Amino acid sequence: MPHWIEPHPTGIYVRPANAWIDPSVPQERALVTHGHADHARGGHGHVWATEETLAIMALRYGTASGTAVPYGEEIRMNGVTISYVPAGHVLGSAQIVLSHAGERVVVTGDYKRRPDPSCKAFEPVPCDIFVTEATFGLPVFRHPDTGSEVDRLLAALHANPYRCVLVGAYALGKAQRLICELRARGHHDPIHIHGALERMCALYQQFGVDLGDLRLATGLPAKEMRGRIVVSPPSALNDRWSRRLPDPITAMASGWMRVRQRARQRNVELPLVISDHADWDELTDTIREVAPSETWITHGREEALLHWCMTHQFHARALALVGREDEDEG
Amino acid sequence: MRAFSQLLDGLVYTRSRNGKLDLIASYMRSAPDPDRGWALAALTGNLDLKAVKASTIAEMTRARVDPVLFEMSRDYVGDLAETVSLLWPKPVDQPSEIDDGSLTLSAMVDRLHATSRAAAPATLARMMDHLDASGRFALLKLATGGLRVGISARLAKAGFAQGFNLDVDEVEECWHALAPPYTALFAWAEGKSPRPDPAGTPFFRPFMLAHPLEAESVDLNHYAAEWKWDGIRIQIVGTPGETRLYSRAGDDITGSFPDIAQAFRHHAVLDGELLVKGEFQGGQNHGGAAASFNALQQRLGRKAVTAKMMDDYPAFVRLYDILLDADEDLRALPWEQRRTRLETTVPLLDPQRFDISALIEASDFETLADIRAGARDAAIEGVMLKRRDSPYVAGRKAALWYKWKRDPLTADCVMMYAQRGHGKRSSFYSDYTFGCWTEEGELLPVGKAYSGFTDEELKWLDRFVRGNTVNRFGPVREVEKSLVLEVAFDSIHESKRHKSGLAMRFPRIARIRCDKPVHEADTVEGLRRLVI
Repeated sequence: MPHWIEPHPTGIYVRPANAWIDPSVPQERALVTHGHADHARGGHGHVWATEETLAIMALRYGTASGTAVPYGEEIRMNGVTISYVPAGHVLGSAQIVLSHAGERVVVTGDYKRRPDPSCKAFEPVPCDIFVTEATFGLPVFRHPDTGSEVDRLLAALHANPYRCVLVGAYALGKAQRLICELRARGHHDPIHIHGALERMCALYQQFGVDLGDLRLATGLPAKEMRGRIVVSPPSALNDRWSRRLPDPITAMASGWMRVRQRARQRNVELPLVISDHADWDELTDTIREVAPSETWITHGREEALLHWCMTHQFHARALALVGREDEDEG
Repeated sequence: MRAFSQLLDGLVYTRSRNGKLDLIASYMRSAPDPDRGWALAALTGNLDLKAVKASTIAEMTRARVDPVLFEMSRDYVGDLAETVSLLWPKPVDQPSEIDDGSLTLSAMVDRLHATSRAAAPATLARMMDHLDASGRFALLKLATGGLRVGISARLAKAGFAQGFNLDVDEVEECWHALAPPYTALFAWAEGKSPRPDPAGTPFFRPFMLAHPLEAESVDLNHYAAEWKWDGIRIQIVGTPGETRLYSRAGDDITGSFPDIAQAFRHHAVLDGELLVKGEFQGGQNHGGAAASFNALQQRLGRKAVTAKMMDDYPAFVRLYDILLDADEDLRALPWEQRRTRLETTVPLLDPQRFDISALIEASDFETLADIRAGARDAAIEGVMLKRRDSPYVAGRKAALWYKWKRDPLTADCVMMYAQRGHGKRSSFYSDYTFGCWTEEGELLPVGKAYSGFTDEELKWLDRFVRGNTVNRFGPVREVEKSLVLEVAFDSIHESKRHKSGLAMRFPRIARIRCDKPVHEADTVEGLRRLVI
């Protein structure tokens, strides 16, 4: 292990740069991979991130001092060369690539490998140390083809003209991606969104992601919502909010939906396995592809991925980072 | 196989009973014979493929998947069949995650029937390779016979009946004259042949059940009182040819109690409580000695029973009611008249194996309450109140029969271990082992409970377990001994199963006692004094 990069419970510290990657407590200098709250916290002195991530953080925490780092551009901090490479997770998400003393470290943040019309695709970077997530680090997690999941949603919608389909989707990333995927499958009707998604969808559109005709779900009579798709944050699915909808079919777009009981616990009738995280095959294929001499596993089902690394001759260790969300994110 | 696997998925995700009935009805109408018959057998728990046990599935999986990853996955998912269906790696030349349509449900059943225990893992694996995750789940669930998709046999039959506009009770009446894949049943349902005739073969009649007593009192002029015995409810169906015994759910349990079946040589259908003879309980006051439920447990769930078992735990039946006398159906008669018929029938039976459940004589309800409070017999669960003019009707009908259970006992215990639940609760630590103090100041486990709490309390308990884990043993977590649980239970008995030498009957969590310091929890000695 190189002496210049240190895992701590509250984040990864880059000593020569005196900067923290995705710190969970306020720090003077923070390098942030993407805008999800468990990676991007408020209250840092100065933030280095992509322009999109800075905009998302500004939306959530108000404007803060930040430097936008375009994908592929190199910045230097006291002998450490740093660049941001697309991670394919959500709009603006980046792997942070650090080079120092002849060694290269890649911190993925969260990532996925399959196509996503709402953000740039993951680019593998060969490295010495690969710091990976493991949200879906168990072989039971194999996400099916996204198109076929979206088709199931559309089939349920068309089979029930007097109902609507209410889809729970994480407010940053999943909701916008789902809308893009629906548009790509030829669904151009207005899509209704919960108020909590409004500003984030507008931000995506400002960055050139076309979401089509979006309307707020509030204030319309139930009759007019028949046959429509409504997207809300997962927390609103079984909330009082959804009672005004016309007999909604409750759906949820998440990698967790692969496990039946997970869907049942949320009272989901139409589970859609659509994830913004790498599944088991993507995780293991990526480790093979970047062929690191050491793999650090940040959060998720780290024990299983650790075991896989050991049995496939990859040196690996688990970092116990605090505050990483897991159970309901997806 | 796809139609069936989609039916199972639908049943898992559909919340409403009517929605489930619709799914079953539409499958039963549209699926071909004999697929749908096998599906009906599986949904009603009548498909027993002896070649496949949980260990077969585990063995098959370990041959293809890293055993450590398999165990971790299983611990995470909870359900074995689901775990394997999700992580099953197909050979590279098989279309991934696609059901290629080559395997029908009946072909699958035939292959599993034909396979030997030794060949089962390979047979199963070959079939797994043709299916998608849903299909693999259906296959494994079918092969092990326990579907656990949240529907009862009764609901499956109701769905079937709905599919063909039949009365479910009519289906129930002829059900036990049939065997999978029920081709005669479907032929009748579709109007192609007459109803299968159950006459001559013993078959099950649905039990009459009781509501808990909620009223302050009832008028004993209208209600008769008898003891509620703590055994298992049993129906004895004797025909001139043979005798069969059925449990409350209609399962045939003749094989577990051949001593009873052989002793019954009478043409009648009787309702009673299966008990094991005891030495000291009950006595003459209550009508004969019955041992605690604990003794009966030694005899339950055994497919083969040894002579020694039958000697050590001799079973007998305490009779409550008579449904049929020879071919005469008595169910429409008032209880009082059936009781008279029962009283004339019992003396004709082997007195070693059959007696009548005595009525409790009480002049008024207060007297009855005193008698109930004074009953300390371990085999008594409470009092039954039966309307004197009640016909024998299937299920729970309001105001006819009441059960008036004894108040539960309680003890303050300390949570020691927790384990994840099954099914809907597989992500919650919902099964708790708790203990009481010995004189040496040690905690010894005295029981395990997984009910009694509300959904909110379960969430709280789950958080407590996760936040206070001191050790992990596979799926079990040992917790900081810092939480007192008030445990309610019906009775407590000596038992060799636990180190404390005690076993509770139907323990459940009555209250979470955050307010109580652990050293004030009860002692094992204190609990032992409650043994009756």
